[in-house]
Amino acid sequence: MSEAFVAVEAAGTGTQPVPAVSGARQFWRRLRVQRAALVAAIVVALLVLVALAAPLLTAIEGQDPTTYHPSLVDSARGGVPLGSFGGIGGDHWLGVEPQTGRDLFARLVYGARVSLGVALAATAVQVAIGVVVGVAAALGNRWVDQLLSRITDIIVAMPLMIMALALLAVVPSSFPRPVLVALIIGFVAWGTIAKITRAQTLTLKELDYVAAARLSGWGTLRIARRELLPGLAAPVITYAALMVPANITIEAALSFLGVGVKPPTPSWGQMLTSADVWYQAAPQYLLLPAGALFLTVLALTVLGDGVRTALDPRAVSRLRVGTGRKGEAKADGGVGTVDAGVAKPAKTVGAGVEKEVRS
Amino acid sequence: MSGFAGFALRRAAGAVLTLLALSVIIYVVFYATPGNVAQITCGPRCSPEQVHQVAQQLKLDDPLYLRYWHFLEGIVAGQDYSTGTSVEHCSAPCLGLSYQSDQQVMRIILTKLPVSLSLVVGAMVLWLLLGVGTGVLSAWRRGRFTERALTGVTLAGIATPVFVIGLVLMIVICGQLELLPFPEYVSLSDDPEQWAWGLLLPWFTLALGEAAYFARLTRASMLETLAEDHIRTFRAYGVSERSIVGRHALRGALAPIIALNANDFGSAVGGAVLVESLFGLPGIGQELVHAVNVVDLPVVVGMVLVIGFFVVVANAVADVLYAVADRRVVLT
Amino acid sequence: MSLVQVSDLTVDFGDLRAVDGLSLRLEQGAALALVGESGSGKSTVASALLGLHRGTGARVSGSVEVAGTDVARAPEDALRRLRGGKAAMVFQDPLSSLDPYYAIGDQIAEVYRVHTRASRRAARARAVDVLDRVGIADARRRSRSRPHEFSGGMRQRALIAMALACEPELLIADEPTTALDVTVQAQILDLLHTLREETGMGLLLVTHDVGVAAESVDDVLVMRHGRVVEHGSVGAVLGAPSEAYTRELLGAVPRVDAPRALPEASQEAVLESAVVEEGVVEGHVVEEAVVEGVVHGEAVVEGVVHEEAVVEGVVHEEAIEEGVVLEAVGLRREFGRGKRAFAAVDGVSLTIRRGETLGVVGESGSGKTTLGRMLVGLLEPTAGEVRDIGHARVGVNPAVQMVFQDPVSSLNPRRSVGESIADPLRARGERDEGRIRGRVRALLERVGLEAAHYDRYPHEFSGGQRQRVGIARALAADPHVIVCDEPVSALDVTTQAQVVALLGELQRELGLALVFVAHDLAVVRQVSDRVAVMRRGRLVESGPADEVYGNPQDPYTQQLLAAVPALDPEIAARRRAARRRAAAQESARHESARRDADLRDADRRESAVT
Repeated sequence: MSEAFVAVEAAGTGTQPVPAVSGARQFWRRLRVQRAALVAAIVVALLVLVALAAPLLTAIEGQDPTTYHPSLVDSARGGVPLGSFGGIGGDHWLGVEPQTGRDLFARLVYGARVSLGVALAATAVQVAIGVVVGVAAALGNRWVDQLLSRITDIIVAMPLMIMALALLAVVPSSFPRPVLVALIIGFVAWGTIAKITRAQTLTLKELDYVAAARLSGWGTLRIARRELLPGLAAPVITYAALMVPANITIEAALSFLGVGVKPPTPSWGQMLTSADVWYQAAPQYLLLPAGALFLTVLALTVLGDGVRTALDPRAVSRLRVGTGRKGEAKADGGVGTVDAGVAKPAKTVGAGVEKEVRS
Repeated sequence: MSGFAGFALRRAAGAVLTLLALSVIIYVVFYATPGNVAQITCGPRCSPEQVHQVAQQLKLDDPLYLRYWHFLEGIVAGQDYSTGTSVEHCSAPCLGLSYQSDQQVMRIILTKLPVSLSLVVGAMVLWLLLGVGTGVLSAWRRGRFTERALTGVTLAGIATPVFVIGLVLMIVICGQLELLPFPEYVSLSDDPEQWAWGLLLPWFTLALGEAAYFARLTRASMLETLAEDHIRTFRAYGVSERSIVGRHALRGALAPIIALNANDFGSAVGGAVLVESLFGLPGIGQELVHAVNVVDLPVVVGMVLVIGFFVVVANAVADVLYAVADRRVVLT
Repeated sequence: MSLVQVSDLTVDFGDLRAVDGLSLRLEQGAALALVGESGSGKSTVASALLGLHRGTGARVSGSVEVAGTDVARAPEDALRRLRGGKAAMVFQDPLSSLDPYYAIGDQIAEVYRVHTRASRRAARARAVDVLDRVGIADARRRSRSRPHEFSGGMRQRALIAMALACEPELLIADEPTTALDVTVQAQILDLLHTLREETGMGLLLVTHDVGVAAESVDDVLVMRHGRVVEHGSVGAVLGAPSEAYTRELLGAVPRVDAPRALPEASQEAVLESAVVEEGVVEGHVVEEAVVEGVVHGEAVVEGVVHEEAVVEGVVHEEAIEEGVVLEAVGLRREFGRGKRAFAAVDGVSLTIRRGETLGVVGESGSGKTTLGRMLVGLLEPTAGEVRDIGHARVGVNPAVQMVFQDPVSSLNPRRSVGESIADPLRARGERDEGRIRGRVRALLERVGLEAAHYDRYPHEFSGGQRQRVGIARALAADPHVIVCDEPVSALDVTTQAQVVALLGELQRELGLALVFVAHDLAVVRQVSDRVAVMRRGRLVESGPADEVYGNPQDPYTQQLLAAVPALDPEIAARRRAARRRAAAQESARHESARRDADLRDADRRESAVT
C-alpha cells in the first residue's frame, strides 16, 4: 500500500495542532533529520571556512601560492621536487609543485577559493537569468513565451562544455579569468532553471489563491511578488543547490583543459593538467586536488539531495517528522491533503533536476 | 497511427527551426562581437593584406543580416573562396575556411568525427547497460544492504569529475598494473579488434560518470512508480514482487530514462572533449580545444554548429521515442 | 463458516490509531457497507482484509479471516492466493488504479495468470470475456486499449472485470464510485448489483456516501474514529438510527427530494442555544448539525418545511423586485486553437437577482466551472458579455467574488489567513492597520472562526475551516454576488451541511446573490431558488428549483435525477428497476438501429454487385 494512502488515512485521528513554524525553521528541521545531509553541511561549512581563511592559513604556514621556489625542484630531472614525498616538510606542509616549486598547500587552499567562488557566482548568474526568463515566459503572452521557450530549449540542448569552450575563445584575454569563467558558465547553463521556473510559475498561476488575489483587485506585479515568487523559492533553491557541485566540476574541467582559470591563479582542475606526468615522484600533486574536488562535489551533492528532500512536500512522509500534515485538525472534517507548500512539480522537472548540466 | 506520424513530422520541422535559431545565435555571438572580426577570424599571425581579404570574404561591409544570409547560403549551397592566387570551391555543407591551417572546416571535422562518434556511441551503450542495471537492482533490493552500497557507489560516481576518473584509471590500469596499453585510436575499418581495445578505457571513463546519473534516475523513477496507486492494485491481486518491479515499475521508468539519455548525449559530447584530451584521441573535442587555444574562429564556430546539429537531432529522436514510450503524452 | 470474520482488529500507523478494536462478520453472498467520513478508518479495514498492511510499517493486531485464510498468519504465498483469487478489490480512482502503460486486457490477463495456470492465449480470452460481462462494448477490440483511452466509467468497469477474472467469493469495493459522475455512478452500482445476483459473491462496500450504501447492500456498519458506531440492516440503521452520530450523519445528507431551505426558525434557535455537543470543534461554535439535521429530517417527513419554504419564497419575490445584479448574455468560451478548439461554454445567458441563489448543476465536462470563472472575470469570454448591474464588465470586479472548491489551493500556504482575508481591503486602498485588523477579526468571527486565528497559517486549519476562511475573504470585498464553485464537494457531509448553512445565513443577512455551482444535485436543491442544468456547455433546462426538480422537462435532467442514490432502500430498488427498463429500451433501440444499418449496408453491397 502506498505511503500517501497510509498518510491520508492516518491523518484522520491526529488532532494536535502544531504551532506555526516559519519556512526556514521547518526547512532546517527537515534537513537536520537527514544524517548524511547534516554531515555534508558540516563538510561544506569547513570548506567555505578554509576558502575564506586562505590568506590566514598560508600566513601561518609562511608561504603564498604564487612564489616560485626553483631551488626546491631538481631542474636536471625535469623539475621533480627535491626531498622526500614531493618536498613535504615544515616549510611546505604538503610539498611543492613540480617544475615551479610553488607551495602546494597554499595553492590548494587558494584553489578552494577559486572553485567555490566561481561555482557560487556562476550559480547566482544562472538563477538570476533563469528565474527572469522563466517568469517572463510564463506570464508573458503567447509570442513572448514561444520566443523565450525556444531560446531556452537551445540553451538546454547545447552542451555546456562546448559553448563555454567556444566563448572562451573569443573573449579578450585581458578579462579577469575567474570572473570570466563564472560569467560564461552562468550564461550558458541557465536553461534548466528557466524551464523549471516557467513550469512552476504556470502551475502556481492556476492555483486558486492566485485567482483569489486577482479577484481582490490586486495588479499583476503585486500578485507576482506576493503570491508567485515565494512559491518559486523551493524548486529554485533545490535546483540551485544541485547546480553548485555541477558548476565546480565544469570550472575544474575548463581549467584542466587549460582554457579556464589560468596560472598564476591556482585552480584544482588546472593542477591536475600535468599531474599524470608526476604521479610517481609527487603522488600528492595528483591526489590532493583530485581528493579536494571529490570531497567538495560529493559533500555539495549530498547536501543538495538533502535540500531537495527537505523542500519536497512529497518527501515529508518519507522523513516521518511532525509537520503540518499530521497536525491538520480533522474534527471539522475536510480533506487529508499534503500541504501545498510547493505545487507538485511535473515529472519531467524531476528528470530535469537529475540532468545536471555537466562537462 | 496518422496522429503519431504527424507528430514525428512536426517534431522534425521543429528541429529544423531550432537549428536555424541556433545558427543565428551562434552567428551573432561570434561574428557580431565588438572588435576586428576579420583579424580574429584570420588569426593573430595574419598580415594586413590577408586580414583585408578575409574582411572581403566575410562581406564585412554588409549589414549583419546580409552577412548571416551569406553565411547560411554557404552552409546550404556551398561557396567559393579566393585565396589570392587561386579560387577554392567549398561544397555544401560549407562551414568556411580555417585561415590558420588553410583547410576547409568541414574537412577537418569529417576527419575527426569518426573518433568522437566511436567514443560517444560506445560509451552510451555501456552507460545505459551499467546505469539502468544498477538502478533496477537498487529499486528491487530497496531498503537492504545492496541498495545502500549501490547508492554509495553511485554517489561517488557522480562526485568524481570525468577527467579524474580517467586519470586514475589510466595511471592504475595502464601505468601501474599494465593491464592495458595506453589508449590509442585505430580506425574501425582498419582493425576492429584494435579499435575496441584502444577505446576500452576511454569508453569506461566516459561511461562511469554517466552511468551513475542513470542509476540514480532509474532508481528514483522506479521508486516513484512503486509508490503509485496502480502498483497497489497489482499487490492486491497477488502479483509477485518480482513482476511488479520488473514489469510495472521498470516500464514506468522508461520514459524518464529516454528523456535523460537525450539530454545526456549533449553532456557526453562535452565529456568526450575531456576524455579525448586526456587520452590524446584525435577527435573533434581535441581539435576544438586546440582551435580555442590558438583562436581559430571558423573552426570553433563550425564545431559548435556540427555538435549542435547532432544534439538537436538526438533530442528530436528522443522526443519521438518518448512519445512512443509514454503514450499518455499529448501529441502536439 | 463466515466469508469474513474480523475480531478486535486494531491498526496503528506510528502513534495514530486508524482502526480501534473493530469486529465484523460477513456471510457467504451477503453485502455489507462500511460507512464513515474521512479518517474514520474504513479504508484501512478494507486493506487489512487482504493483508495489504504487511511490510508498510503499520501495526496490526486482532484476527482477520477471509474465505478460510487467516490473513494475519498466512504465509506470503497463501496470502497471494487469497488476493485476487478468493477476494478481489476495486479501488476508488479508476485512472490511477490501472497501469497506464499496458493494455487493459493484458493487465487482466496478467492477474488471471497469477491465479490459474492458464496459457497467455487463454488468459487473454478470459480478459475479453470478463470485459464483455461488465458491459464493455466490443470487448475484444477495447481490451487492447490503454487506460487513458477509456472514460472514467469504463475504467471502473475494467477494474471490476479484473476483480471478476478469478471468480472471487468476496468483492471489496473501496469508494468505487466516488470519482464518477452521478449517472455513471448509478450504472456502476447497478452493475455491481447484477453481478452479485448472478455470481453470488459477497460484497464489502466502503463508502462515505450513505445513499450509495443504501442502494447496494443489506447491512450497514457506521464507523467513526476507527470504531464501530452502529451496525445493522440498512432499513434499521438508516430508517431508525439509534446512535447520535448516525443521526447526525443522516441529518447532514442533503436530499434531492426535499425542497429548499433550512427552516430559519430552527436554525436561529440552534445558534442561540449554542448547544455544545459533538459538533463543536476547537472552541468555535458551529451550527449544531445534530439538532438541525433531525429537525430537517423530521420536517421533511411531516411536510412542514414545505410551508416554510413557501413563506420564504415570498420574501424572495420582494428581493427579485430589486433587480438584476449580474447578467450573462450569450457567453461562449473556447479552449484550444485550430482543429482542437472546442467550446467549453456555448451560448449561456443567465440573470442573477439580489438576494437569490442560482444553482448551476452539471456533470464533469459540462462547462459549469468555466461559466463560473467567466462570471467573476477570471476568464474572458470568447463571445458574449457579463454585465454588473447593467454595465458591461471586462476583467474582475471586487464586488463579484468567488469561493473556490479546493480548500488547500485556495489559500496561500505562506501567508497567515488574516493577511489573505485582508487582501480585498488593502487592494481597495485601506491603510489603517487597526481598521483592517478589526474588520478581519469581525469577519473571522462572522464565519464561525475565532478572531485570534488572524495570525495562523492555512495548514493549521481543517478543510471546513479553510472554506470558512475563503468565505470571509470573499466577504471582505463587500460583494453583491458570490460565485461558489463546488464550495463543499471536498468536504465531509457533516461539514458540508455546516458550510451550506453558513452561506444561507450570510445571504439572508447581507442580501447577497449567490451562484452555486456544483455537481451534487441534492446540495444544489438544498440551497437554490432557481436552478440551471448544464450539459456540454449549454443550458438544457432552467427555472425555479421546485419546478426543475419536481417536474423536469429535459430528458437529461430526468436522467440525472433518476441516477441520484436514494436513502430509502425501497425507493432505490424502484429506481434501479426503472433504470434497467430504460437501459433495456435504449439497447433495443441501438440494436434495431444497427440491424437497420446492417440491412442498408447489405442492400448497398447487393446493389453494388448488380
